Amino acid sequence: MNKKALLLFVLFLLMFVIFAVRLFYIQVIDDSYKLNAESNAIRKEYVYAARGSVYDRNNKLLVTNVAAYDLLVIPNQTAAFDTAKLAELLSIDPLRIRTRLEKARKYSSYKPSEVVTQINQRDYASLQEWIHYFKGFYIQKRSQRSYPYIGAPNVVGYISEVTEGFVQNNPNYIMGDLIGVTGIEKSYEDQLKGQKGVRYVLVDVHNRVKGPFSDGQYDTLAIPGSDLISCIDIDLQLLGEKLMQGKRGSIVAIEPSSGEILALISSPTYDPNLLVGRKRSKNYTQLYIDSLNKPLYDRALLAEYPPGSPFKLINALIGLQEKVIETNTTFTCHHGFHFGSLHVACHCGTGYPIALETSISKSCNNYYCSVFKRIIENYPNANLGMDAWRKHVMSFGMGNFLNNDLPTGRRGFVPSSEYFNKAFGYQHWKAVSTISLGIGQGELLLTPIQMANMAAAIANRGYYYTPHIVRSVGGTVNENYIKPHKTTINPEHFEPVVEGMHKVFEEGTARASRIESIQMCGKTGTAENPHGQDHSIFIAFAPKENPTIAISIIVENGYWGSRWAAPIASLMMESYINDSISRPELVQRMVDGNLDDEYNKQALELAARKLKLLAK
Amino acid sequence: MRESRTIFTHLDWFTVGIYLILVFLGWINIYAAAFNEVHPSITDMSQEYGKQLFWILSSIGLFVIILFLDGRLYEKLAIPIYIAALLLLAGVLVFGTTISGARSWYTFGGFSLQPSEFMKFATALAVAKILSAKEGAISKKERWLTALIIALPILLILPQPDLGSALVYFAFLLPLYREGMPAWILTALLVISILFILSLLFPLSTMILGILGLLGIAIFLLRKQKRAWIWLVLAAVSSILVVLSVDYAFNELLEDRHRNRINILLGKAQDPKGIGYNTNQSMIAIGSGGLAGKGFMKGTQTKFNFVPEQTTDFIFCTVGEEWGFVGSATVLILFTVLFFRLIYLSERQRSSFSRIYGYSVTSILFLHVCVNVAMTIGLAPVIGIPLPFFSYGGSSLWGFTILLFIFLRLDAYRMQIL
Repeated sequence: MNKKALLLFVLFLLMFVIFAVRLFYIQVIDDSYKLNAESNAIRKEYVYAARGSVYDRNNKLLVTNVAAYDLLVIPNQTAAFDTAKLAELLSIDPLRIRTRLEKARKYSSYKPSEVVTQINQRDYASLQEWIHYFKGFYIQKRSQRSYPYIGAPNVVGYISEVTEGFVQNNPNYIMGDLIGVTGIEKSYEDQLKGQKGVRYVLVDVHNRVKGPFSDGQYDTLAIPGSDLISCIDIDLQLLGEKLMQGKRGSIVAIEPSSGEILALISSPTYDPNLLVGRKRSKNYTQLYIDSLNKPLYDRALLAEYPPGSPFKLINALIGLQEKVIETNTTFTCHHGFHFGSLHVACHCGTGYPIALETSISKSCNNYYCSVFKRIIENYPNANLGMDAWRKHVMSFGMGNFLNNDLPTGRRGFVPSSEYFNKAFGYQHWKAVSTISLGIGQGELLLTPIQMANMAAAIANRGYYYTPHIVRSVGGTVNENYIKPHKTTINPEHFEPVVEGMHKVFEEGTARASRIESIQMCGKTGTAENPHGQDHSIFIAFAPKENPTIAISIIVENGYWGSRWAAPIASLMMESYINDSISRPELVQRMVDGNLDDEYNKQALELAARKLKLLAK
Repeated sequence: MRESRTIFTHLDWFTVGIYLILVFLGWINIYAAAFNEVHPSITDMSQEYGKQLFWILSSIGLFVIILFLDGRLYEKLAIPIYIAALLLLAGVLVFGTTISGARSWYTFGGFSLQPSEFMKFATALAVAKILSAKEGAISKKERWLTALIIALPILLILPQPDLGSALVYFAFLLPLYREGMPAWILTALLVISILFILSLLFPLSTMILGILGLLGIAIFLLRKQKRAWIWLVLAAVSSILVVLSVDYAFNELLEDRHRNRINILLGKAQDPKGIGYNTNQSMIAIGSGGLAGKGFMKGTQTKFNFVPEQTTDFIFCTVGEEWGFVGSATVLILFTVLFFRLIYLSERQRSSFSRIYGYSVTSILFLHVCVNVAMTIGLAPVIGIPLPFFSYGGSSLWGFTILLFIFLRLDAYRMQIL
């Protein structure tokens, strides 16, 4: 054979070897082409699971879903497109599309990211006609939250898109997923969210879906979230919000026999639907910047107040338990409690020896300062006395988290001997140094739900169930909420205190709020505070025997207990027990009444203080 | 009858077998790439796979005719065939239809014909005819004539424009080399190619400084040899001229699309969405095939049109994606074996016409496979050139069939030549 033919043979072999090596490299060794092929032709679509619904205790729908649409983008599939047109279709700012696209690109160039979420039906209709002009964009249906009742925003909570930081720490979530931020939406996120389904579809070069990948064998179905039954009575909740109109404060109502929260009102309130849909962020900002009313602040769970006179009930119980008083022990009030140079004023106006029941119905400060002094002095030193007292108080669930199913909460504050040792120096203090604890003032701080729980524990004559907001998840009840928590007070000591609370309605400070049909028990409170007028406080339960509702009410700067809190409590209990209200004129008075003057004055004072600070 | 029996006994059935296998594989890969659910039948004439079947069947008819014609006819008619093809090629510049930017087609109704595909075998015939005209050394006149025969088609194809088809004529360097063209021409071309690529990669000033530097070193090393410097300076000057002309050609003569493709290939520009898209998608398709491929009709990249020109220039992607490394290597082996066989057949020819023609056939096929596969696996810029016997298209299949079977006819006839 010709020698020159050999050169050709070498060339042929060279070609074969070079190509074979190259093919082996890109087909067998380098995996990146396979990944690219997947991102090219296989699109992972999420099938959003319907979030669970929430019902109230009477099976009224509190939270449900309506259809909405998301626009997603896969950045490396986009081509040049008309940003202005897309912005017009979505009725948003073109700049936002650009920034979202930039963000999406940063997140992943081949995974889908949201451009705009929760597009309503009308925008969706026009967008759908144009979507094929926008390569790399597609629409995904999902559901949007809807709240049929205009109220209870702190109970139901709201949902929001997860943040980038959150996604990084929680791989179960992807950008664009929604998550509960407050209320039931937050605390029952795991149960409500369900499980996203995944669908793998094949798409062609024009991003058109060509069918399922591998006949759908890798697809998973979306598992809808569980439905919840809340303990809330939405009618009672809405009534409470109505009564609290124009006033800041909170109402917490609990069913004593179960710990179920019947109403959890934080006033002022807002429409939970404001935090759904496209206007969400605008509305949120408006709610957020209202630094005076703080509508997003759940007062019922987070606000800490000195409890004032209702706390006298606890001191009465501790006194009986510690055997420093008996039901017929009397003290005579001379316009207050006097000890050396210490004077605690009292307006009970008795001036004759009064026993326990009257001391409650008249809310005598002298009586409880004396009881408190006896409790502390019952022990060899104030330290031991204070700690014994504190142990009793904390058995009512005060000074600690309630460990319930609410997403937020505060401990409140029950001072200990240690605290006073620090404040006054080791053992440089006595019962009288801390005497204001006797009347629920001083260092003591309670949240409204703790006060309601206290009312429930008294209503139960010595125990309480952890207050909770959800009765059952998909039919199952949480074991933790059916175990009673016993207080340190023997049951027999409760009867005289309950009698006293009954007298509060019959002849005492809340007699104006008494009604014939229900035997109510309560205790007014007027808590001093540094911001302005005293808080109007009231705790109550009804009926006296086998109570079905325990309640705490705080109206910030509402002057005194019987002015706002007691009538509202009375109306709430009547409505809940009788399912009707016999005093529409009282309802009207409560609804019309507002504390705007007081709040405006505070706002002005605050502004003046700030100005002064600035001037300095 | 006796004549035909002779043909079939002397026909190289090995080559015919490889040809049929390649054509068949091409057909089923076109089916997989162009599959249309509305017309699922592989014989559906409204689809490319149905049409390709028609081209295959007509090609078989064509080679039967070629085989039955007198073997001597091709040598006799070489020049008239060449001239006819050249006229067709010239005519397309005037009467042709422009398809995707190139005026390369005659269209008659729904049927289109690409004359450059027929120019290939016509040129091969003409080159073989001229070079085999006289026994012994090739005269100066014949050399120039050969150069003209090869250059004319290039000159007519470039203005279409169709760089790929023009490039094919470089294949004739191999038969020319076989027939005695000095090796220094091949060497010089190799050096020029290297200079070409380097001058695309580096700026002009760097190239010239580099050449001058090398010149200095070479003169220093060879200082003992008299007159060496003259040759070295000459080599340097011509190298600089090459570099300058490449610079000029690249910036002034090439079209933007070619410039971009070359830049991307050289890694000087990156653009996976635009011009680089073809190569990128082609490599994704082939690379995603893995060792054994995704299976027949299971390829997502070619089926869903991610790869452009998937039935014609990029048909190898479907092979790579659906049949994997095993399938693509098999196809390459088939081609390599075919080339070996054709060179073997060429070398056993008694007439130099047959031998030269055989070399030309092999070289043309070789160049097509090289450029086409290199393009799909990202080793060459995207140059529109079909994969012989595989790519969809009547003109190219007919062209390659005629090219190959004229040679097989000549081979079967070789014994009759004294």
